[in-house]
Amino acid sequence: MLIAATIAILVVMILGIIRGITGPTLYDRILAVNMFGTKTVLLISLLGFVMGRPDFLDIAIVYALINFISIIGVLHFSDSAVFRHDPHDSESTTKES
Amino acid sequence: MPENKSPDPEKPNLLPHTISLFLTLSVFWLLNSGHYTLLILSLGLISIALVLYIAHRMDVVDHESQPLHLTLKIPGYFLWLTKEMILSNISVVKHIWLGNETISPVLTTIKANQKTDMGKVIYANSITLTPGTVAVDLVGDQITVHAISRENIAALQAGEMDRRVCRLED
Amino acid sequence: MELIVDISSALCLLLGSFLCLSGGVGIMRLPDFYTRMHAVGVTDTLGAGLILIGLMLQNPEGLVEIKLLLILVMTLFISPVASHALAKAALRNHLVPLSDRNENNGGTESSKP
Repeated sequence: MLIAATIAILVVMILGIIRGITGPTLYDRILAVNMFGTKTVLLISLLGFVMGRPDFLDIAIVYALINFISIIGVLHFSDSAVFRHDPHDSESTTKES
Repeated sequence: MPENKSPDPEKPNLLPHTISLFLTLSVFWLLNSGHYTLLILSLGLISIALVLYIAHRMDVVDHESQPLHLTLKIPGYFLWLTKEMILSNISVVKHIWLGNETISPVLTTIKANQKTDMGKVIYANSITLTPGTVAVDLVGDQITVHAISRENIAALQAGEMDRRVCRLED
Repeated sequence: MELIVDISSALCLLLGSFLCLSGGVGIMRLPDFYTRMHAVGVTDTLGAGLILIGLMLQNPEGLVEIKLLLILVMTLFISPVASHALAKAALRNHLVPLSDRNENNGGTESSKP
């Protein structure tokens, strides 16, 4: 059952990476990276149990904290022009013509 | 916070909050280290003292970072929130598998009836924690909420969660 | 007794994997950024929670349990803050959410990658 859960998490991580690469807007990419980070925490914990080495949990805790700080750090720059969403981009998600 | 004990309203009594922060940090250190030799324990004590000093200099030790007055009421609220979280998880998973025709995303503002900032933040974070609704902005007592379908907004406007958070703070 | 714990642990892991997979499918399927955020919320709250509870039932041994509980609490505190910050930044930078009003003008189709 541990192996099955690990495989499921890996599949979810692949889906997240696909969304991160294709994602129409910048925010989709940040969201995908955030999900990838939390799934990594779960994967590390599961792998610790699969390999019979629960010491991995310390790494998982540190990874959870680093993931949070990196997301908040990236969003700190959200006033800069790179983040400005232009509705006339090719990927325009919502604006009607 | 006991106002009658502190004579100067500018300098409230911070002792209970400092003790609570000290206890939290000690428990955190003991649980994470797992080694109980003298050297490690004294290193832990030094780092806790350093953190307490920095926290006092930053002026963050108060009733907002250490909400002692909520200690008794918060477990019941967490239980209720867990139940609510499970229900909304089921509904969002249903929306995901049934496809895009069943969702009706909506962005609206709802009113928060809490008196303190603390209560409003608890309310907004509870809204975000239940999947299907995300609190986007909080200005005054108006919370901007994005929801995946109209039922979630209707459930929020019915105000069950609002009432429970209100009961939490008095 | 041992058997019951084992079965409930397996059940928790299975349910958690299913919820995480649903979130993964949701992040691919849902039409715009704000709705995808809800899918990520599913994997962050109950998906992660059930998997960690399943792990907790696997190994009743001292500090490991408490560390798993710590990861669970941290996930539950971190995830709403991160998604709120993300949504606020997106709304402030004029990413207009999809709603029923402009869904009729083909909003669902145009957002396909």
